[in-house]
Amino acid sequence: MKEEIRKILEKHPDSKRDSLIPLLQAVQEVYGYLPKDAVVEIGKHLNLPASKIYGVATFYNQFRFQPKGKNHVMVCRGTACHVKGSLAVLEAIEQDLKIKAGQTSRDTLFSIEVVACMGACGLAPVISVNGEFHANVDPQKISEILDIYREEKKSAMEAANA
Amino acid sequence: MFEIEVNNKIIEAVPGETILSAVTRAGIKVPTLCYMKDLAPSGACRICVVEVDGMKTLVPSCSYPVQEGMKIHTNSKRAIRARKTVIELLLANHPDDCLYCVRNGNCRLQGLAEEYGIRERRFPSSKKKDHMLDATSPSIIRDQAKCILCGKCVRVCEEIQNVAAIDFVKRGSKTVIAPAFEQSLNVSSCINCGQCVLACPTGALREKSSLREVDEALHDKDKYVVIQHAPAVSVTLAEEFGLRPGVDINGLMVAALRQLGFKKIFDTSFSADLTIMEEASELVHRVTTGGKLPMMTSCSPGWIKYVEQFYPDFIDNLSTCKSPQQMLGAIIKSYFAEKEGIDPEKIFSVSIMPCVAKKFEAARPEMGRNNIFDIDAVLTTREVARLIKMAGIDFDSLTPETADLPFGTRSTAGKLFGGTGGVMEAAIRTAHYMITGKELKSLMVEDVRGLKGVKEAKVKIGDLEVGVAVVSGVGNASKILEEIKNGRKDLHFIEVMTCPGGCIAGGGQPLSTDQESIKARLHALYNIDHSETLRTSHKNKDVQKLYDEFLKEPLGHKSHELLHTHYIKREVLS
Repeated sequence: MKEEIRKILEKHPDSKRDSLIPLLQAVQEVYGYLPKDAVVEIGKHLNLPASKIYGVATFYNQFRFQPKGKNHVMVCRGTACHVKGSLAVLEAIEQDLKIKAGQTSRDTLFSIEVVACMGACGLAPVISVNGEFHANVDPQKISEILDIYREEKKSAMEAANA
Repeated sequence: MFEIEVNNKIIEAVPGETILSAVTRAGIKVPTLCYMKDLAPSGACRICVVEVDGMKTLVPSCSYPVQEGMKIHTNSKRAIRARKTVIELLLANHPDDCLYCVRNGNCRLQGLAEEYGIRERRFPSSKKKDHMLDATSPSIIRDQAKCILCGKCVRVCEEIQNVAAIDFVKRGSKTVIAPAFEQSLNVSSCINCGQCVLACPTGALREKSSLREVDEALHDKDKYVVIQHAPAVSVTLAEEFGLRPGVDINGLMVAALRQLGFKKIFDTSFSADLTIMEEASELVHRVTTGGKLPMMTSCSPGWIKYVEQFYPDFIDNLSTCKSPQQMLGAIIKSYFAEKEGIDPEKIFSVSIMPCVAKKFEAARPEMGRNNIFDIDAVLTTREVARLIKMAGIDFDSLTPETADLPFGTRSTAGKLFGGTGGVMEAAIRTAHYMITGKELKSLMVEDVRGLKGVKEAKVKIGDLEVGVAVVSGVGNASKILEEIKNGRKDLHFIEVMTCPGGCIAGGGQPLSTDQESIKARLHALYNIDHSETLRTSHKNKDVQKLYDEFLKEPLGHKSHELLHTHYIKREVLS
């Protein structure tokens, strides 16, 4: 993996500490998350300590430190969704999947990401799973929605086994 | 210079300085929490706000520059109210367990709450207390529940020590301070120097205490408990008992330790002399046989870990000598045990160190033989003060006593180990004698004294011109290391002490440590050197006796077995 990461970094020669965020984005683009090795390699590339890079990366919601799950759940926490109760929605999802925002479930089936605003304020509170939007969700509906994706996965596996 | 008005008084201010700097010089006190002298202000905590006429909002005095004709009120109703609220908000996210806190009576936050008369909890706690206590490091305990996010530890670690093991993680109300990937301290790039402990205004960072083990050993009839005290401890311990900085209480400290029940009290300065015999021999050996140069000192365990993880290419430059603590530890459980007919396994060997990294050093697996550690417990200056207070020992009732033989005699060269430049000065004195057979004309080596970050000198030893450098504070080391990497060849010997100022400013020293007290402590060491007659390590009769009876010769077989060690390249997330 280190080699691959170095190749990504080679595309950005002469970069200084102000290129940190573009580099983090470039790595996440490829892996879907920021592997530990990447943080170390970026540190060597920019002459920055790992603690600093991790500090910057955790400041922003866009960076993940675990690979995405097969179903990626994005929860909008923008102002409109907040007012319409998106915190309870997020908590319901976290409870249902037994992971926190930014994490990936052990069976790698689900991951959660919190986003600031999806631009669908009229549908608040809104979540999206694999890019499909679910509007006006309420905490009670959450397991129903998530089951759709669990089932899809199950039937896909059954089909593969048959 | 121009004039500004502060609290209706005219004071002078220098263009470009901050309000805080001007008012402090005029003797006006403004409280600070996140402010660090000599570093750029961060303005994080807002406790130092003052009111300025004509300005809509209060301004943080630590970062706001003075302007001519400014009218400032440091104690206006508004400023005091704002400070009170800041304190109350900090307390909102802080546990109310002062009684059980190591910083009880010695905490900046507690002090401010008292000064500003906070008498009730106005804001209920909002932070979930699910933070983990990180006790993984052998040196430092991190308790995030007590952290007020002032950022001083982050800054001292990065800007002073150049280690950057920790940083702010996440954002807003979720912010915590943590190593990369929120891993624990023991696997981080922390070098255990403990400068963060000195910087921390609360109990969020503290030493991992060994008081309980020591106390248990002292009351265990089967244990033979001995203690050694480092050169830098006798000139700082007095401050823990309210005396001014720079008072040497060596004799009283020894008397107190004897009252506590330690069977033998040894002086680590003795083994500093022993270290010099080995290290100067090693230097002479390297210079005359074309060994790896420049040689670098190995007494400071933070510096050793720094090299192992950041500059592994320089591992062979490190002297193979163990530190004085470990040398004495090894000699106690071999020579002393044999001489006194004590089973080494029954000896419980304690050391008092100005240092928290010494706790890490003592636990290094290579620091012992046959599953017997050279050192069993390390106490900091602060911990030993607690031990003395707990036993109700009153210094006024004590008369000075001397340390025990055979490791009680020391030269002042060994004592100088406690401050920056001290190892170098002691080594030069003895190396000169070893090479030329004569003593230096003037034993004092002025060029390596003082608190400058990097001191360099050319020392004439016979026909040889020896290039030496002294680094005070590991943050100043990388410059010289990079120069050497890039081909610099004129240096033979480099001393590095991890903490700025040396052990007198170590992470285990009184929390009141500041520039003034460090200066006073260093002068106390210089005074000892100037006022006594035994000033070179090679003249120490007891060290000579140790060689005659046991070790035979410096760098000999026994020395290698007991007094020398090796280092390992460390992979840490850095």
